[in-house]
Amino acid sequence: MIHLVWAQLFRKKTRTVLTLLSVIIAFLLFGLLQAVQVAFESGADAADARRLLTTARYSIIEPLPMAHARVIERVPGVVGVASADWFGAKYQNESNAFAVFAVDPARYLDMYPEFRVPAAQREAFEATRTGAIAGRRLVERYGWTVGQKLPIASEIHAKTDGSLNWEFDLVGVLDAEDPAVQANTDMVLINVAYFDEARQSGRGKTGWYIVRIADSSQSRAISAEIDRMFANSPDETKTQPEKEFAIGFARQIGDIGALVTRILIAVFFTILLLTGNTMAQAIRERIPELAVLKTVGFSDRVVTLLVLGEALLLLALGAALGMLTAVSVLPALNGKTGGRFPPLFVDAETWLLAALITLALALVVGLPPAIRVGRLRIVDALAGHR
Amino acid sequence: MATLNQIAQITLLNLRSIPSRLGTSLVVVVGIAGVVGVLVSVLAMSEGFRHTLASTGRPGRVIMLRAGSDSELSSGVARDQATLLGTMPGIARDAAGRPLVSAELNVMVDLPRKGEHDANNVPFRGVQPAAFAIRDELTVIDGRPFRRGVREVIVGRKASRQFEGLEVGSRIAFRDSEWTVVGIFTSGGDVHESEIWADAEVAMSAFRRSGFQSVTATLADGSEAGLAAVKQTIARDRRLSINVLREPEYYARQAKVLGTLIDVLGYSVAVFMAIGATFGALNCMYSAIASRQVEIATLRAIGFGGAPVVASVMLEALLLALAGGAVGGALAWLYCDGASLSTLNFSTFSQVAFEFRVTRALLARGLVWALVIGAAGGALPAIRAARLPVTVALRTA
Repeated sequence: MIHLVWAQLFRKKTRTVLTLLSVIIAFLLFGLLQAVQVAFESGADAADARRLLTTARYSIIEPLPMAHARVIERVPGVVGVASADWFGAKYQNESNAFAVFAVDPARYLDMYPEFRVPAAQREAFEATRTGAIAGRRLVERYGWTVGQKLPIASEIHAKTDGSLNWEFDLVGVLDAEDPAVQANTDMVLINVAYFDEARQSGRGKTGWYIVRIADSSQSRAISAEIDRMFANSPDETKTQPEKEFAIGFARQIGDIGALVTRILIAVFFTILLLTGNTMAQAIRERIPELAVLKTVGFSDRVVTLLVLGEALLLLALGAALGMLTAVSVLPALNGKTGGRFPPLFVDAETWLLAALITLALALVVGLPPAIRVGRLRIVDALAGHR
Repeated sequence: MATLNQIAQITLLNLRSIPSRLGTSLVVVVGIAGVVGVLVSVLAMSEGFRHTLASTGRPGRVIMLRAGSDSELSSGVARDQATLLGTMPGIARDAAGRPLVSAELNVMVDLPRKGEHDANNVPFRGVQPAAFAIRDELTVIDGRPFRRGVREVIVGRKASRQFEGLEVGSRIAFRDSEWTVVGIFTSGGDVHESEIWADAEVAMSAFRRSGFQSVTATLADGSEAGLAAVKQTIARDRRLSINVLREPEYYARQAKVLGTLIDVLGYSVAVFMAIGATFGALNCMYSAIASRQVEIATLRAIGFGGAPVVASVMLEALLLALAGGAVGGALAWLYCDGASLSTLNFSTFSQVAFEFRVTRALLARGLVWALVIGAAGGALPAIRAARLPVTVALRTA
């Protein structure tokens, strides 16, 4: 049966191969664009429901006093607090080449158990005032080695001597197993104890707080309680679950999802026409053959299924090859963009979506000729009436 | 002449047979329309973004930032430094003799887009009185300018369109203060139209800032020599560590990262789609020559040459491609041109609003792409049609 469908499909080799190539390209594009979309949303996927983010109420760029940490810690339901401050890195004369955060090493790494740092390197980071650890993809991109000096300029923070050029000791490498989490390791962490003491201004202030809570169902109540602690103070706060923050931040860029969807609609509409046309042509040419099949005892239903199977085979083959191509080119692409752009990967949902699109296209494209062929009267078909 | 006549004859013959091959021909037109539509609309986005930044600033004006900072947000200019910069020779003065210099505060305020509630980094600029004389392209089109010393703001036209609560008369709360929107301004479609403006002194006290982010000034002498003189004055003064940039240079730099990113996205998607469309065109042209095999062979048997056959097949492919390109370009123009959007510019970490710009150059580029796809799709089938021996063609049909 499969053999018969296969034989039908490649009856006109050039036409089938060309159509197949178009389908492959369409699904390759689908795989890549979905990966971009997933990468944009990966911040939300990697979010931990038991982490909250506390920022200044009116804008994320306003600093908060470091003393807030002790107040937040006392809020019932809070089990840990870490802070982070934006360093404003300039590396090799490139502004914001990567993110650098000034953190308390132990508190910050405890907050993100999904990050992997070898125990000895973590100890070194905690013990070295000028220490820094960097995400693996950054380390690979710049060819850094553990133990080297890391010269990074700041666009914002001058040292007490007025210089904007800082130097840190790279003591460790940060990584994560899940590719969605790995995007969050594209950064350099420095020790806030040293940073705060060595900077000219802004001492005693930090950028934002990460708060760990015991029970994720309490996130709203605890967020509200934290903000209430600072209400009507000079430094009011806005606390929200990490996931909401990540989604909100992605939305700042705009609706990437809608853009991708529109492009893909254009792509698949074309594929629909292309394969639809190929199928229609293929069936038209084969009417007498199909009539012969019926004559030798194939039932109407089987012939209908044969035609439908042909459409499905064509699309499924193209979809599978296209998606596999997407999967195989992504690692090379990621290697080139390491740290500049979050890692791209094809997730399970994308595969599922690809399967559904394949099925839907096969039905739309295959069903009309399949039904027509099913209803075909042998006499008419053999006589050449269409 | 004879060859041209032959080409015309065969091409007309081909074109007349298109209705009988409507499905296949439509695939080519739609496929190419898709490529051109996506290419033109995505590039129209980066074009609009670049245009917004490129139309910001005048070469005769400079922006002064702390040395080492590439954007206002990361820069800091202390009050005493700003005062020093304002009294420099080399800076233009108004009729009353006051220097055309404005030390400015640049902060971010969180505002939701219309109909949403996620916070966006909307730039808020505190300006000194000379700012309006310096930027004479700015006009308040609705309401009135803010009064000095009062918590009033004027809002750029694009910001007012994109973000919630920025109409004349509405009140907005930022950082223990409430502000009234008293006017909407335009400034030639530039990046300032994405901003909210207020009096620098009021803004500084409300945002509890003691320093500025930048100083903008008009040069007395806009030439390279004039700029060099100002730079020299600053370099000689040990109290100042300031970088001076002509405005267009500063704003062009801001367009680089995001503009390139959108271009890369647009071109990569279009390249893939174009490859797919080329396969579609090949398919169509192969079936076109297959359906006319006998006619072509007959024509060649009665003395038509191979070249006219090749040319006619190519012409048909190019005409279909041109139709597709025109449809795609027209759709992009109808659907996108002038549509406004805003996004986060990574270079400034703040929202910038702009419009899609479907320019003639972009439409022309789309048509070129269409023709290239058409040519690629027509070439192989054309050669096959011309090469097939007449006897074989007549026998196997």
